[in-house]
Amino acid sequence: MSSKLRAILLGVALLLPSLVFLVMFTALPVAQTIINSFYRRNLATRNQPVWDGLGNYVRLFAADSDFWQVLTNTLFAIAIVVPISVILAFLFALLLNQRIRGIGWLRSSIFYPTILPMVSAASIWLLMFNVDFGLVNTFIKLVGGKAQNILGTTDWALWAVSFVIIWKLTGFLMVFYLAGLQGMPTDVMEAARLDGAGAWHTMRYITLPLLRGTTIFVITVAVTNAFQTVDHLYVMTQGGPNNASNLLLFNIYETNFRFQDSGLAYAETVVLLVLLIIFTIANTVVADQRSFDAQ
Amino acid sequence: MKIPTLSVKHMSAVLLATVLAACAQPPAPTAAPAKPAEPAKPAEAAKPAAGNVEVELLFPVAVGGPIAKIMDDYMARFNKANPGITAKATFAGGYADVLTKIQTTVQGGGKPAPVAVLLSTDLQSLLDADLLEPLDGYLAKAGDAYVNDFFPAFMLNSKDKNGKVWGVPFQRSTPVMYYNKAHFKEVELDPEKPPKNWAELLDASKKLTKPNGDRWGLQVPSDGFPYWLFQAGPISLGKNVVGAEPNKVFFNTPESLEALDFFVSLSQKDKVHPTGVIPWATTPDAFLAGKASMIYHTTGSLTNILSKATNPADVGVAFIPGKSGFGVPTGGGNLYIFKAAPQEQKDAAWKLMQFLSSPELAAEWSRDTGYIASRKSAYDTEVMKKLVAEKPQYGVARDQLQYAQKELTSHQGAQIQQIYGNAIQAAVEGKKDSKTALADAQTAADKVLSQFK
Repeated sequence: MSSKLRAILLGVALLLPSLVFLVMFTALPVAQTIINSFYRRNLATRNQPVWDGLGNYVRLFAADSDFWQVLTNTLFAIAIVVPISVILAFLFALLLNQRIRGIGWLRSSIFYPTILPMVSAASIWLLMFNVDFGLVNTFIKLVGGKAQNILGTTDWALWAVSFVIIWKLTGFLMVFYLAGLQGMPTDVMEAARLDGAGAWHTMRYITLPLLRGTTIFVITVAVTNAFQTVDHLYVMTQGGPNNASNLLLFNIYETNFRFQDSGLAYAETVVLLVLLIIFTIANTVVADQRSFDAQ
Repeated sequence: MKIPTLSVKHMSAVLLATVLAACAQPPAPTAAPAKPAEPAKPAEAAKPAAGNVEVELLFPVAVGGPIAKIMDDYMARFNKANPGITAKATFAGGYADVLTKIQTTVQGGGKPAPVAVLLSTDLQSLLDADLLEPLDGYLAKAGDAYVNDFFPAFMLNSKDKNGKVWGVPFQRSTPVMYYNKAHFKEVELDPEKPPKNWAELLDASKKLTKPNGDRWGLQVPSDGFPYWLFQAGPISLGKNVVGAEPNKVFFNTPESLEALDFFVSLSQKDKVHPTGVIPWATTPDAFLAGKASMIYHTTGSLTNILSKATNPADVGVAFIPGKSGFGVPTGGGNLYIFKAAPQEQKDAAWKLMQFLSSPELAAEWSRDTGYIASRKSAYDTEVMKKLVAEKPQYGVARDQLQYAQKELTSHQGAQIQQIYGNAIQAAVEGKKDSKTALADAQTAADKVLSQFK
């Protein structure tokens, strides 16, 4: 046996355990989901899979389907949640990176929404947003405004549930930025200061570029979180009013478990997978591009 | 605090701890009394000693503590009266969780619990999924008197389109109107004469409403399952949104439209009702805090509202006013037996169901939770007589049952309910006019139902 062959075999052997797990828990379920999405399987077929070709997708993307709204809602929520929570996280990290008296207290108060279980957080905000006695409306009235039925209004519900994700997510993202800031080499900063760089220039040309890896990671986490966080919908709006705050993952849950239309739910899951893959590829390409530019 | 899940409407009563003391009383004799001193009955002795049959009852609750204890107490009494059977009650989440648990067990080829409490409106879906054990044999042995003792309104959602009974009423409810008698006196309305029709309702609401949202005349929750309270409108007008056929619903009717127009005008035109979609879970709190003078809610909230009210005597309970007559849907859960369970467990489960639906237990369950006792004879028991004498509010829902009709159900029931609910929400918010909203809902529902012939 040549040494080259031996090296290859060794490599394969070392990869094998993770390969087995990857195939079993990722590749196979994905393949199974895609296959199942071509079958109609609901109570009308008495839970038996019936070959339906693209039937589920046709139903999903029919002109009068609620799914369009669900997709729009999901993309809207991500478009709000990701930039706001990432920017806020960065600003909070800058703030908390200072040596100020009482900073520990501030740090924990910004981080604490992360520790709360989502259902508890959602229950708190359900009461805060309540039209009759919620704190938010008490405040609005105090400053002379008119009480708003925030969760019960189509125009506000999606903003409100997105806000709760931001509230919950920002502290979590902040930790990564804080770690990045604290791991920042001090000699570079000193050199910049000696060269007469102001705060803005230091930020623009040193801090931000050095945090690029962190930012890419943080954006990935923010996007996956925005896709995955649905528990609060169950508590706060159940996707209502009239689907105004229905998000993709919550819709999949409803389709499968409440409406028992698993074929359709598989098709929706495939759409979710495709969206996540598109995002991951885009993110990787952008990240690679930037690191290439930097060289 | 409560979380608005699907089950809250049926379960909000369950918050009560006050009942524990009552439950500690010696139980009234219920099912076949078997004194421990007596030898086993011949029939039982003749059976091969197969040992102990275990029966698991899955039940949904919105809040844990007391209900689980009450259930455990019921099980202990059943087990004492039925040697050879060990029944245990397992709390399994909300209604949807119990259903999911049974479905996944059966789909995975396992043996489900033999008996569970599920929504009465789940019947058609359970039949479509082929999960249910027919009760014919059991019911034949129990005799006609058993079925006929249940309030007929509760049986409407317990039968299939051919009139065959598949479930036994257990925790059943209807919507009622709660009104604040102190507020009525304050605006010189007769606190003993709550509104009986829409005209009186609107009139009272106008008098009771204070500006700036400080107090609303009427508050009807519309999140989660808005179809339920709203269904009272079309029923009172003589045309329910559902009939005997499980593949037809009637959303786009003149009656439905008239009811929706009236409902929308309360907030949009007359400003006696808050705008937008109102949360189910916190509406009783708004009532208790005096923010709303009249609310529609489930009779299941009665025990909760009475126990939290500063002056329970000021809590009025009335029929839901219709345009001229009355009308409400029923709601709540039935007991079902599942086909895939072993035969001896199913037989034991039937005994447990008979025990739980006995007049004495139905009366206790009503007292302990606020649900309507499912049988007429339950109201002849001492427990119920005493309760209604002391708190007449407990009798209102029973009296309203004569106007009660079938709750919205069909093939794909949950989805159809949501379609109708979305139409109501869209109209309440003024996003669609009532006519378009109902026409769209009818089209969407017909599309779903066309899969079922």
